[in-house]
Amino acid sequence: MASWTDMTFVLVVVIDLVLLASSRLGASIRVVALQGALLSLLALLLASPSHELGHVILVAGGALAIKAIFIPWLMFRAMREAAIRREVEPLIGYVPSLLLGGAGVALAFAFSRGLPLPTPEMHSFLVPTALATVWTGLLLVVSRKKAVSQVLGFLVLENGVFVFGLLLTGVMPVMVEAGVLLDLLAAVFVMGIVMFHINREFSSLDTDVLASLKD
Amino acid sequence: MIASLAIGAVGLAALSGLPGLLLRRRPALGQALSAAALCAAAALGGAAAASVLAGGGAVSVRWPWHEPYGSLALRLDSLGAFFLVPVLGVPALGSVYGLSYWPQAKHGYRAVRLQLFLGLAAAAMGLVVLADNALLFLVGWEGMAVCAFILVRSEDDRPEPLRAAWIYLASAHVGTFALFAFFSLLGSARGSFDFSAWRGMPAAGGGLLFALALVGFGIKAGLFPFHFWLPGAHAAAPSHVSAVMSGVVLKTGIYGLLRATGFFEAPPASWGAALLVAGAASGVLGVGFALTQHDLKRLLAYHSVENIGIIAMGVGIALVGRARSDATLVVLGFAGGVLHVVNHALFKSLLFFGAGSVAHATGTRDLERLGGLARAMPRTALLFLAGAAAISGLPPLNGFVSEWLVALGSLGGMGLARGDRAAFVVLGAPVLAFIGGLAAACFAKVHGAVFLGHPRSPAAQGAHESPAAMIGPMALLALACAAIGVFPALLVPALARAAAEWSGLPAGEALAAGAAAAASARGVTLVALTLLAVVVALAALRRPRARATAPVDTWGCGYAAPTARMEYTGSSFAQILVEGFRRVLLSRVELEAPHGLFPRSAHFATEVPELVLDRAILPAVRGGEVAAGRVRGLFSGHIHFYAFLVFVALVALLAWRFLWW
Amino acid sequence: MLLRSLVQVGLLLAFPPLLLGVVNRVKATIAGRRGPPLFQTYYDLAKLLRKGAVYSRTTTWVFRAGPAVGLAAVFTAGLLLPSAGGRAAVSFAGDFVLFAYLLALGRFFTALAALDTGSSFEGMGAAREVSFASVAEPALFLCFVVLARATGTLSLSGMLGPGLGAAWRDAAPALLLSAISFFVVTLAENARIPVDDPNTHLELTMIHEVMVLDHSGPDLALILYGASLKLFLFGALLVRLLEGGFWLPAGPVAALTFVLGLLGFAALVGLVESAMARLRLTRVPQMLVGASVLSVFALVLLLR
Repeated sequence: MASWTDMTFVLVVVIDLVLLASSRLGASIRVVALQGALLSLLALLLASPSHELGHVILVAGGALAIKAIFIPWLMFRAMREAAIRREVEPLIGYVPSLLLGGAGVALAFAFSRGLPLPTPEMHSFLVPTALATVWTGLLLVVSRKKAVSQVLGFLVLENGVFVFGLLLTGVMPVMVEAGVLLDLLAAVFVMGIVMFHINREFSSLDTDVLASLKD
Repeated sequence: MIASLAIGAVGLAALSGLPGLLLRRRPALGQALSAAALCAAAALGGAAAASVLAGGGAVSVRWPWHEPYGSLALRLDSLGAFFLVPVLGVPALGSVYGLSYWPQAKHGYRAVRLQLFLGLAAAAMGLVVLADNALLFLVGWEGMAVCAFILVRSEDDRPEPLRAAWIYLASAHVGTFALFAFFSLLGSARGSFDFSAWRGMPAAGGGLLFALALVGFGIKAGLFPFHFWLPGAHAAAPSHVSAVMSGVVLKTGIYGLLRATGFFEAPPASWGAALLVAGAASGVLGVGFALTQHDLKRLLAYHSVENIGIIAMGVGIALVGRARSDATLVVLGFAGGVLHVVNHALFKSLLFFGAGSVAHATGTRDLERLGGLARAMPRTALLFLAGAAAISGLPPLNGFVSEWLVALGSLGGMGLARGDRAAFVVLGAPVLAFIGGLAAACFAKVHGAVFLGHPRSPAAQGAHESPAAMIGPMALLALACAAIGVFPALLVPALARAAAEWSGLPAGEALAAGAAAAASARGVTLVALTLLAVVVALAALRRPRARATAPVDTWGCGYAAPTARMEYTGSSFAQILVEGFRRVLLSRVELEAPHGLFPRSAHFATEVPELVLDRAILPAVRGGEVAAGRVRGLFSGHIHFYAFLVFVALVALLAWRFLWW
Repeated sequence: MLLRSLVQVGLLLAFPPLLLGVVNRVKATIAGRRGPPLFQTYYDLAKLLRKGAVYSRTTTWVFRAGPAVGLAAVFTAGLLLPSAGGRAAVSFAGDFVLFAYLLALGRFFTALAALDTGSSFEGMGAAREVSFASVAEPALFLCFVVLARATGTLSLSGMLGPGLGAAWRDAAPALLLSAISFFVVTLAENARIPVDDPNTHLELTMIHEVMVLDHSGPDLALILYGASLKLFLFGALLVRLLEGGFWLPAGPVAALTFVLGLLGFAALVGLVESAMARLRLTRVPQMLVGASVLSVFALVLLLR
């Protein structure tokens, strides 16, 4: 029976694929924000009576506030400072990125049944979605040339880890969850500051140009 | 009776070159007699095959032979029958074609040699298909390789055929080496070299055997990455020889793969998957490389790689079906693959004959110099169009039917249990669609660049229509393509029976799957006939209405002096797709860029080398030569050194004997 | 009974040009213009059929045969499609493969007719058309495969028939993804924005329009009608797919919902054409590959 949870998981994976194909940074950031919002929705949908209500609301609310609102705002600010609008042609091309992403999604969904898990699985789509999102995040970090896109890739990677973390909502103490979110926030904050300074010094956030720094 | 028909056919084919040899003073008569003998051999072989396929059951014959491990055991079953028809038929049509294309009066002893070895090659291939003993099989195999070698270097006054022939011979022998290993391992396991003793081999631990068979037969068939000898050999040979090589010699590799996998009891699904992946890679890369070619025959050779890929996909699906005991997968995959063997022999020969006619009429094979030939050679153009539509898999011709069967086979993977990984054979159908789309694009380019538009060079302007001896075989092949395309249901039951025999499935299941496929095939017939009727109706309706005014020149946007060079060329046509494939093709670019405001000269050329040959094998061989040269440098000629080597070897042997044994 | 099917077939054949009229009207309305009448395409067809034809010296019989074969192929493909609430005229296992390849046949002959003129414009259009089609074909196939897996049958009549309702209940996300993918393929195959601009004949934007640049008179009428028929076929497939969740028995209600669905589809195409700009040519294969990957994802969801 197809349910809203199914649809949400599918939408998360579709967002991954859209990110792999998109070259417009503004649209990509909005889409990652949407993915963050979907993840907070997932935290609510997957909650079962055995979980503490407060814990669930904290996780969902924290994800929404940080992933869907605050971090995208930071990214938009970084984009404005650096005055960039579009990604340049990535290292492996849009079509190969799409094909690799699609292959990763297919393999994740095909082979995830056999993975041993610490807790009983809440939903059969959870592990494959998490794996696919992590794969997409890594692909973005490795192949994109603009630093903003690489930060987006890192965000997607963290989203994937978050989905894994949903598996353990009933088991992990709130502190650890909050710690993870805080970690993410701090990392992005620092990356934003560093990008601002790099851009001010070298007038460019293109990593090809930055590669010449090694001498 | 059937056995003697088959043996007679092979024998007649072997001897068919003799009239040309003996009647040197009357070359036309000698060549005509040779062609007639080959045609008679084809007719005999066709009769034998037809009676086996019509439900006659397999026939076998056995004579004693004093060769150790060998026996003159011959067997014609339905699988062999399907292969026997093109094996004898295509050389026969080729020899008829050669009457006008390579007449003995013009080419002298070369034509005699060609005719002689064409017959011997046909006979050798017939022996391969009939053999029921490994040694006999290998005799036929070697004979076929050597005959093909001599045929490829028919035009031995040019360097290109000589080089291509050597590369072909070397690769063929690497394959034969793998086959020797394969047969030896099987023979030592069962203690006999007869195929009949090898039925029901356990597949466990047979991974090495399958790999050897894949390498050995794959090299002959031209599966990627073993295809590297193909483009050179097929382009350099005279066109009717290319037709035979593309149409039939490659198929003996597929025949070998089918026989080899037929020996095993329950082959694991990984074998089928490996073949499916290799087939898909051959299909996509074959047509990708074909898009870049501007030599007409080299392009056709790469398309052979693509079609062998499609056949391999069918066989792979059938193997996966055997692993899962699914009759639908087995019957449809096998039927698609074997029918594509026959179909490819038909339309590829048609296309090569067409290419030969073009080369004969204009003296060039370069797409960039041809064009507008449909006015001077209307019949050749029409028949080539039929071949082009067939190879692109367009209904209502035969290419569609076999590709449809393979696609149905891959879709049969949906009938497997949910969660079964083998269900991913379903992805074979979209890959097949991709290959088909690319093939259609490539043949739109070829037909357009060769026959349509304006002639691009004086050679193309001076073209003339081919004589009847060249048109006749082409027309016959086109008719056969159309017949199989419109009435596929006639062949499906025979294919299902052959599939049952090969796979060891219970006959009832296989026939049921075959009946279902035949019912669908009748739907195809209905649609094909409707299509033809609608085309005729529309053409008739349109004729009175389309009152034409006087013909004008094509609107060229107001250019004052349009020339034929402004036409879209074949390379331009394929540009978008070639760009898409650029990471795989690794083309060489020669660029002399214009400098300054009034550049003196500029030059740009691209060339796509044969990927595996020019980028992997030849550099490796050259590296090996360099290394061998260094080793040779050690042997400086001093006798003391050689004596020292003998001393070292003796000490080593003694040490090994006493210390480790 | 026979009369009823003939009437049905006749109505189905007369309907497609109206779709083109609706698309153009929607585009005009959004742009703030009055736009051409809804039945403009019919007037155009009648006018073209009355005109004479101009042929170039370079062309051969292929040029004259191209439009006829193209229309015949599309028409025959239409025979495989189930119409509102019923089975198709011809249906058998694997007929969707024949459907796709019949469209490919039409495209092949149109491309050859274009090359026959020896004009570089038409050659360019033909090159683009066959190149993009080779990427669109697997996407189309994948949509059909997802449908086949969801409904468990291999014929179009089965895929778009009563089994579709149960398939929607079980596998809605996958079917939705494949519907989106199918819509993208529809835009590509029918030469609509964002793949091609059907209104201009400029070099930058041409794919399909330029292939038929040299045809005139009745040939052009055949081509125009063929294009509208092809849009109709794809629209019918999409409408049947989307309304499949609400299976209705054959009858006037089913026919009415079908017609309304088709008009809605035409309006949607007009909307998309007004909202988007044409993609750069290098982005078109990327879009089609994206559609294929969506369908592969849908297939994986169904296969696991």
